[in-house]
Amino acid sequence: MSIHKNQPYSLRHQYGQERIFGMETPITAERAGAGAGAGSGTGSGAAAGQHTGKKGFLRRTWPLHLMLLPAVLLQFIFGYLPLGGLVIAFKDYKPYDGIWGSAWAGLEHFRYMFEYPDSKQVIINTALIAGLKIIFNIVVPFAFALLLNEVRKSAFKRSVQTLVYLPYFISWVFLGGILNDILASDGIINTLLHNWFGLQPILFLGDGSWFRAVVVISDVWQQFGFGTIVYLAALAGVNPSLYEAAEVDGASRWKQTLNVTIPSLAPIVIVVATLAIGNILNAGFDQIFNLYNPLVYDKGDIIDTFVYRTGILNGQYSFGTAVGIFKSVVGFVLIVIGYRIAYKLADYKIF
Amino acid sequence: MYHKTTGYRIFSVFNYLLLSLAGLLCVLPIIHILAVSFSASAPANSHLVGLWPVGFNLESYTKTMNNPNFIRAFLIALERTALGTFITMSVITLAGYVLSKDSASFKSRNAYAWYFVFTMLFSGGIIPSYIVVRNLHLMDTIWALVLPGAVQVFNMILLMNFFKATPKELEEAALIDGAGHFTILFRVYLPLAMPAVATMSLFSIVGNWNAWFDGLLYINDYRNYPLATFLQTIIVQQDFSKLNPDVNELKNISQRTVKAAQIFIGILPVLVVYPYLQKYFVKGIVLGAVKE
Repeated sequence: MSIHKNQPYSLRHQYGQERIFGMETPITAERAGAGAGAGSGTGSGAAAGQHTGKKGFLRRTWPLHLMLLPAVLLQFIFGYLPLGGLVIAFKDYKPYDGIWGSAWAGLEHFRYMFEYPDSKQVIINTALIAGLKIIFNIVVPFAFALLLNEVRKSAFKRSVQTLVYLPYFISWVFLGGILNDILASDGIINTLLHNWFGLQPILFLGDGSWFRAVVVISDVWQQFGFGTIVYLAALAGVNPSLYEAAEVDGASRWKQTLNVTIPSLAPIVIVVATLAIGNILNAGFDQIFNLYNPLVYDKGDIIDTFVYRTGILNGQYSFGTAVGIFKSVVGFVLIVIGYRIAYKLADYKIF
Repeated sequence: MYHKTTGYRIFSVFNYLLLSLAGLLCVLPIIHILAVSFSASAPANSHLVGLWPVGFNLESYTKTMNNPNFIRAFLIALERTALGTFITMSVITLAGYVLSKDSASFKSRNAYAWYFVFTMLFSGGIIPSYIVVRNLHLMDTIWALVLPGAVQVFNMILLMNFFKATPKELEEAALIDGAGHFTILFRVYLPLAMPAVATMSLFSIVGNWNAWFDGLLYINDYRNYPLATFLQTIIVQQDFSKLNPDVNELKNISQRTVKAAQIFIGILPVLVVYPYLQKYFVKGIVLGAVKE
C-alpha cells in the first residue's frame, strides 16, 4: 500500500498507533483490504484499516508462530516421537524389524514384570529409597532454614549458604568418584572410624543395608542446602508484626517459632510435600548408577537402573519400556493426586 | 527482647557451631580430593592424606594433562556446553516470549502452552528416546548430546513469567515506533530479563558440563565421549575395555592421585561459575516463581 510510504511522517505515526490494536504491515493491510476496493485511493485509509482490522490481526501473528517453530520441532522429535515409541512395550521389538514390523505381544511384558521376582524387589527398593529421600529432603532443609533464620550476622549466613548450596551443582559422576574413594574399605572414613573408635572396616558400598543408608544420607547431603532456598524465601515473607505482637505478649523465641514461624511456613511445606509424592518411584538414577555395584543389586537396584541394564544393555527393549511405562503411570497418577491435595490444602496452582 | 535471655544466647552459640559444621561438611570431601590430587603417590595410596597434601607435587596433573584421551574428552565437553547452552537459550527465549503474550492477543497461545507442558507430564523414557536418536542417525554425534534436552520447558515457563512482568507500556511504545516482534524481544524484553537469562545460561552451562548419561547412551565410540561420561567410565565403572589403554596409561589412570586430579578438574568449571551462579540464582528462582 503505497499510501504508507507517501504519508508525511505525522500521518505514518498515526497509522503506527493503530498497530497496537492489531494493524499490520502495509502489505497485509493491502491484501486484507482488497475487498475495500479503492478505499486507500480515496484517502480514507483509516476507515479501510478498521474494516480489515480483524484479518490483519490474525495475519500479524506469523512472527510469533515462527518464533515458536524451533521449540515446537525439537519437542515434537524428542518429546512426542518417543511417546509413539512406547508402543513397543506391547510388541516384541526387534531393531531390524523396526517398530511397525515387530510382532504384537499384548500385555505379555507387563505380566512378566509382575511375576518376575527381580522386578518386584526392584519396585520395593525404589519406593523405599525414594520414600526415605522424600521425607528427609523435606525435614532437613526445613529445620536448617529455621536455624539459619536465627542468624543475625548476615556475612556468616551468606558464607554458610555458599557452602551448603555447592554440592547441588556437582554431578553425581564426580560425587560418586569422591564417595567411592572416601567410603572404600581403606578410605578416609573407615580409617577415621578405626583410629577414633577402633571399628573394623565397614563395606558402605558393598553391603545392601549400608548402601541404602549411604544413598539416602548422601542424597540429603547433596540437596539439603538447595532445598532451604524455598523455605528461606517463605521466611522472608512472614509478616514482622506477628513477631512484634508475640513479643508484646511475652512469647519466647521458641514459642514464636512454634506459634508464628511454623504455621506461616505450613502452606509451602504442604505444597512441597504433596508435589514430592509424584517422585515415589524416582529414587535417583544418576546417584545410584554412580554408587552401586553387583554386590548390592538386591537392596540397591531401582527401576531406572534396572530398565537401563535390562532394556539397553541386554537389548530387551520391549520389557524395559513396559517397566518404564509402569513407572510413568504410577508417577503421573501420584502427581495428579498430589496436585489436587496441594490445591485443596494450600490453594496452590502451577499456572 | 528474646535476644538477651541466657537460654537464647546458649542456643545461639550452638546454632553457630552447628551451622558452621554443616557448611564444612559440604566441602570437606572436595577438599580431601584436592589434597589427595596434590599429594605424592605413596602417602595417598596408604591413605595418609587428610585435608592437606602430603609430599606436595603436581605429578598427577602433569600425567592427566599428557593423556590425550582426557584432553579430547575435556574439549568435547567444552564444545557440548557452548553449543548446548546456545541452543537451549535461543529456543526457550523465543518460545518464552511468545508464551508471555496473553491469549487475547495471540489466540494459539494456550494450545502451544499445553503442547509444551504435556511433555513435562509425559515422556517416553530412555528406551524410546534411544530408538528415536538411533533412527535419526544421530548416534555418536554431538547433536545427540545437545538436541534431545534442548527445550527446557520449566525454564521456558520461568522466562515467560519474567517477560509477563515487563511493563506493557514499553512494548506499546516500541510498537508505535514500528518495531516488530523480533525487535521488541531483543531490544526491549531481553535487556530487562538479563538477570534471568544469565541465571538460566549458568544453569544450562552447569547442566551440560555435568551431563554424563546421554553420552553413555548415545555415544558408542569413547573418542566422542564428553568429560563427564569419560570419567564415569574410567573412574566410577572402572571399565577400560573400550579404551584399550597401553600398560603405562592403565597404570596412570588407576593411580589414586591421578583419579583425584581428574575428578577435581571435572569439578573445576562448576566451581568457577559457582560464585556468579550463586549471586543470581536465589533471586532468579524466587522472582520467576512469583506469579501475577
